[in-house]
Amino acid sequence: MSLLNDLIGASPDLRPRAVLLRLGAIGALVTGTAGAFAYAGGWLSPGMLTQARIVDRFEAVNGSHPGFRRNHAKGLCLAGRFESSGRGARVSRASLFAPDRATPITGRIALAGGQPYAADAATTVRSLALRFQLPDGEEWRTGNNDIPVFPVRTPEAFYEQLLAAKPDPATGKPDPEALKAFFAAHPESAKAAAQIKARAITSGFADDTFRSLNAFRFVTADGTRTPVRWAFIPEQTATAQSPAQAAATDKNYLFDAFADTVRQTPVRWHLVVTLGDAGDPTADATRPWPAERPSLDVGTVIIAETQAEADGNCRDVNFDPLVLPAGIMASDDPLLSARSAAYSVSFTRRAGEPKGPSAVHDTPVSGAGL
Amino acid sequence: MSTTARFNRPARLLHWTMAVMILAMLLIGVAMVTSVAHYHALVALHRPLGLGILVLALLRLANRWRHPPPELPSDLPAWQRRAAHASHLLLYGLMLGLPLVGWAMLSAAGYPIGLGGAVVLPPILPRDPSLYAWLRSLHTLLAYALFGVILVHLGAALMHGLIRRDGVFSSMASRPIPYRSR
Repeated sequence: MSLLNDLIGASPDLRPRAVLLRLGAIGALVTGTAGAFAYAGGWLSPGMLTQARIVDRFEAVNGSHPGFRRNHAKGLCLAGRFESSGRGARVSRASLFAPDRATPITGRIALAGGQPYAADAATTVRSLALRFQLPDGEEWRTGNNDIPVFPVRTPEAFYEQLLAAKPDPATGKPDPEALKAFFAAHPESAKAAAQIKARAITSGFADDTFRSLNAFRFVTADGTRTPVRWAFIPEQTATAQSPAQAAATDKNYLFDAFADTVRQTPVRWHLVVTLGDAGDPTADATRPWPAERPSLDVGTVIIAETQAEADGNCRDVNFDPLVLPAGIMASDDPLLSARSAAYSVSFTRRAGEPKGPSAVHDTPVSGAGL
Repeated sequence: MSTTARFNRPARLLHWTMAVMILAMLLIGVAMVTSVAHYHALVALHRPLGLGILVLALLRLANRWRHPPPELPSDLPAWQRRAAHASHLLLYGLMLGLPLVGWAMLSAAGYPIGLGGAVVLPPILPRDPSLYAWLRSLHTLLAYALFGVILVHLGAALMHGLIRRDGVFSSMASRPIPYRSR
């Protein structure tokens, strides 16, 4: 019996050497477990792109705007319903596509970018986010943009592009050299940027087309999966921006015009789902699918109400594109998990921050009335 | 050589099943909140696994209440006895508390808590973003605490099994291990 055995209460038949060896083994096992945890948490890979880093970069590029979304910061809340045409039931078992089904929806129109008080501008990318509330607690949340393709293929490229496209404080424009280097490294983004630049810009939100950009999969009750992309196509005929709009002094002219329209008559979009072929790219949102792919008009989104962002409405909803009902699944597009992750970080950060008023108010000062 | 009282079979089965589940859960959780590529897949595992742990922890508590665990060796120093008691209280509190805080936090965030397929858990708190933010931080804090207590538990269990050889480890082992009585 040694002093060591006494000290740590070791069994008297263990020799000091055995005690030390066993203590070493225990230490190694405990340290190894802690190491596995550190590895899983990314502490051993300091260069790794994390969800927090993506959101940090948004904050670095746009400045600090507590309480607001880190991207698509300026927006207006919507409410209405989705009326199914019944045609979607053939490809998805999600209950909202059943014939004669009306599903309540809330949503949000917004401008891309992390500046909540930026003035509306025709060329800023517009978005339409919707939350379909299905029976039994299921939801479908979807965020859609008015561009033909997404500018990047991977989360890493997205992270690089954020910095490359950051406006130089001196000129207000991105550094052309940085952009050039980015496009040289990402030819798929150069192609996508050209298509985005060439898009027809409509007069406002109500006559704009909003696309999922990422691919998803629709699943039937018997498990048949179809790769899909979708678009919300306006019933209102698309018109180009008028010279009067271009000269507007109202910093919220796009939002105010939409709210005015909805006050007169509900705004309607058709949800048109494009059915992909087995070989169509589902993991590359920079590439459009062939124009001849069949599509289904699965129903109509009817927006009957708008509301300024406030406690408890769309301001406090995370339009995570992977909140999906049974019958809609993520595809292998790497941007989907990245969007879900980054939205979650943005949501968590702003949830804990004091809230400032939205730039878009309920009672717009429009025309000569006021 | 001798063997003493052991935990009953359900207790041992629950212990080792939950050991695997909880360790996996902690690794999934800590990876999930940094990962970009695997975030979605990990979240989809994290939620049902968390509910599973909650259910098993309740079963385990019920079993422990009906079948109290074996006594600790009489020669165990008083401070180790107190530490063992306190760490087990913490382990049970965290096994039950972490899933409940997770469920509450997702409720306050207004997320549908999907468990796979069309199965959605009902919310247990009203939607409240600032409450969500607070619970979200608490969830992380409690998870780190649980991992810390598990490391201590692992170290202590191995000390009993390899150094003290006093029957405490074998009382939870899948089959009886002979040990030297003192």
